[in-house]
Amino acid sequence: MSGPTTQGLELRGLTLELGAKGNLKQILRGIDLDIPGGSITGLAGESGSGKTMTGLAICGLQPAGSRLGGTISYTSPRTTTPNLLALRPRGMNALRGREIAMIFQDPTASLHPMMTIEAQLTDGMRHHLKVSRSEARERALALLERVRVPDPATALRKYPHQFSGGQLQRIAIAIALAAEPSVLIADEPTTALDVTVQAGILRLLRELCDTLDLAILLVTHDLGVMSALADTVTVMRYGEVVEHGSRYQVIREPRSAYTKALIDALPHPPEENTMEGTL
Amino acid sequence: MPVTLRRGPHLGPLARYILIRFGISILLIFGVTLVTFTLANLVPADPAQAALGERAASDPAIVAAFREAQGLDKPVVTQYLLYIAHLFQGNLGTSTQSHNPVSIDLSVAFPATAELALFVIVFSIIIGVGLGTWAAIRQNRFSDQLFRVLSLVGISIPTFWLALAAFYVFFYQLHWAPGTGRLSASLQAPPKVTGMYTIDALVAGQYTTFFNALSHLVLPGLVLILYTVGLLVRFSRSAVLDVLNQEYVLAARAKGLSPARVVFRYVLRGASLPILTIVGLAFGSLLSGTVLTEQVFGWGGIGQYAYKSATTLDLPAVMGVGLVVGVVYILTNFIIDVVYGVIDPRVRVQ
Amino acid sequence: MAKPPTGPSESRLELESDAAAGAVYDEALDARAADARAGDADRAGAATRLRFGALRNRLRLPPTFRRPMAVVGITIIVLWFLVAIFVPWIAPYDPLAQAFDRLQAPSAAHWFGTDALGRDVLSRTLYGARISLPLALILVVASAIIGSVLGAVAGYFGKAVDEIIMRFSDLVFAFPTIILAMIVTAALGPSLTNAVIALLLVSWPSYARVMRSMVLGARSREYVVAGRLLGFSPFRSLRRDILPNVAAPVLVLATLDFGNAILLLSGLSFLGLGATPPTPEWGAMVADGVQNFSDWWLAAFPGLAIFTVVVAFNLVGDALRDSLDPRTAGAVQGVKI
Repeated sequence: MSGPTTQGLELRGLTLELGAKGNLKQILRGIDLDIPGGSITGLAGESGSGKTMTGLAICGLQPAGSRLGGTISYTSPRTTTPNLLALRPRGMNALRGREIAMIFQDPTASLHPMMTIEAQLTDGMRHHLKVSRSEARERALALLERVRVPDPATALRKYPHQFSGGQLQRIAIAIALAAEPSVLIADEPTTALDVTVQAGILRLLRELCDTLDLAILLVTHDLGVMSALADTVTVMRYGEVVEHGSRYQVIREPRSAYTKALIDALPHPPEENTMEGTL
Repeated sequence: MPVTLRRGPHLGPLARYILIRFGISILLIFGVTLVTFTLANLVPADPAQAALGERAASDPAIVAAFREAQGLDKPVVTQYLLYIAHLFQGNLGTSTQSHNPVSIDLSVAFPATAELALFVIVFSIIIGVGLGTWAAIRQNRFSDQLFRVLSLVGISIPTFWLALAAFYVFFYQLHWAPGTGRLSASLQAPPKVTGMYTIDALVAGQYTTFFNALSHLVLPGLVLILYTVGLLVRFSRSAVLDVLNQEYVLAARAKGLSPARVVFRYVLRGASLPILTIVGLAFGSLLSGTVLTEQVFGWGGIGQYAYKSATTLDLPAVMGVGLVVGVVYILTNFIIDVVYGVIDPRVRVQ
Repeated sequence: MAKPPTGPSESRLELESDAAAGAVYDEALDARAADARAGDADRAGAATRLRFGALRNRLRLPPTFRRPMAVVGITIIVLWFLVAIFVPWIAPYDPLAQAFDRLQAPSAAHWFGTDALGRDVLSRTLYGARISLPLALILVVASAIIGSVLGAVAGYFGKAVDEIIMRFSDLVFAFPTIILAMIVTAALGPSLTNAVIALLLVSWPSYARVMRSMVLGARSREYVVAGRLLGFSPFRSLRRDILPNVAAPVLVLATLDFGNAILLLSGLSFLGLGATPPTPEWGAMVADGVQNFSDWWLAAFPGLAIFTVVVAFNLVGDALRDSLDPRTAGAVQGVKI
């Protein structure tokens, strides 16, 4: 089910090669993917399937020395870009954080250990939105409120090591949303967290998606998470898309043998892992 | 990682941390007095003979008088306690060579070295950390390779040889540099405030003296800067490389900040602890380097004084130098530890 | 700073149990993508090359020594050691013979000129290799052994033993190397042997620190714990399980330290605290150049000899260090140079 595409991303034939001549490695072999606003697009696959690389490539954060092909078009109420890959580094940098934001697997590693939450939270919005220090603070408080970090005023003065992993991931989400982007790339957002706090983060992502009309790309190897949250699911293997469809279709009636094998490998039948079950 | 802050009754974690580091530094300084004292007492050669010369040393009465004057006739423990008691009064003993109180000799020699070392360390940090960071960011490109080779050369050249070569080329051949010493013979030292000629000259408004002192500083300074920069480039490059591989740098880039902002706000902050450590080590190596460089340039600093007193077995002077140098080194590390605690919230909590 | 827990990546590995073997380096690449940001295409490329080239590599020098810089370093080291061994057949004259006109500039007969006593500088410089190289080798090996043993004992037994050994090494660290060495040599009397003893006293702590941190890391590894549970004695587990795993960083440190040893030895000799007069030691020869300042060749060539040896060892040490894993490299770098 794809929502109205007033905003979002469209990937067409995305390829990525890495390495020098003579031992070229094709990481992505022509990915087609729609990431529409107001819905969560799941991207599943085992390690090495290229799912993480897809997320990085959308943000223009692919490793240096890699060559990209195909197109990524981007539409939002503010701006339309026919192909992100054709942008100069400076142009891409202006979109990063402002239009397309990203959160990472391990929030204890992706937040700077020596900077206060306030510094990390206001940094992007002051850069992109040119707001004053005091306004940035107001916005930061509101954001922490929104991602339900308790006692936002105190939290701003603290450092990352003073929070639990689940709280930190909430803060990382707030940081990603600081400059009011339209797209959020979430790379394994719950993998490094305790099972007990995973559900809370997933519920938060769902809520943000619905209230902000956010386009979320959820990259994960965990089909349980996927079946609980994603509206559409794309399965990748060896840099190619092997399966694509709505959550129910992919989980209940997988077309490819590979997806079927993945689902059979789940410890519980998928029904237990649906939104209704976990959340 | 949830952390419970165990606060002392009135102290914040930072104050507590600084207090602990301070206590450790004091203990280390006592350790240093023990080491200098022990070394001085282990000397197999007879200091009386070294101080008095052959003829006087053959007269037992003179030797006995000397030993009594120097306190060498008392038991070792008493000698050490006396030494400590004197230290508390600022009394470092009397040099057997210059016949001045060691504290007076050191108050002349120490600022000379401090002036050179500060000059060198300031420029070395700017150049060395700058080039090291640049090299790390441009990993494996041409500029990286170039800086790596230059830094390798910098740490591999024997300082004393480089000092000699620089002196030969710039003084003897080109006449660009002034001769040895800290000031030309025609000039008088400026009125003493810090003992560092450049600063004292500025304080007194003697600009000719200032520029003369500065011109004397440049050549020995450059020799030491090459070595220190070499050290700093090597280590700050690898420190920055480590940080570039941290996920928070990728996250900072994902915010769309400008590359300069990512480097200055995120990368350098992350690399600041290892870089600080390196600066401390470089400062220690610098004190070593000055011994040889001062010798070539007739600088009259701690290094030359140490050499002179060590070769003449001037024990009070040797102990004085050891103490001062050890204390400076410990103080440097203490300051670095404090800065650690200030910039890294995690350090204080332990 | 604590590394992220390894849990998640392990669970990823489980998932790929049914993946084809070809995915192995894809996985290496993806893991890197997750971890390598500033971009490191060529290291990733090297991982692939390693797999395919593994067989070919077995027939050649280990990859560490095939980098151009390492090749330059090894060549210089080998040449200097050859000189040290065969110098009686290579050197044109007796290094001690005061047989020529004094202070001649370099010429066809005396490539490096002659010194103030009419000795051939080239012959003296070549013979210098026989003094500096063996002494530096003894110094490095001895301090590596002493330092490693003390560090291993401190790290393995911990508690009071650790405190005593490490506080002692802190104290040695609190003095600039050369000043401490200078005081010791002055006290023992100037000679090359005493210079080596003095430097030995000041150079063991860096090995002790590296070894201690490596042993601390290795001690909690599962295979070591397993060994202890099987009832191995502490010394057996140190020797059998731990030492082989921490030997590499110590080797790197020793290589880098070799250059340092040469610099310190020649520095002490330059000050007149090492080699005594007729000995053709490089540092002492540079000091001769100070006496005859205008005759540049006296100091230039022995200085160049020191420089080439030190650079060569640093090149090889760097190559060795780079080939170690970055975290151990960090441990090796965290030492006093």
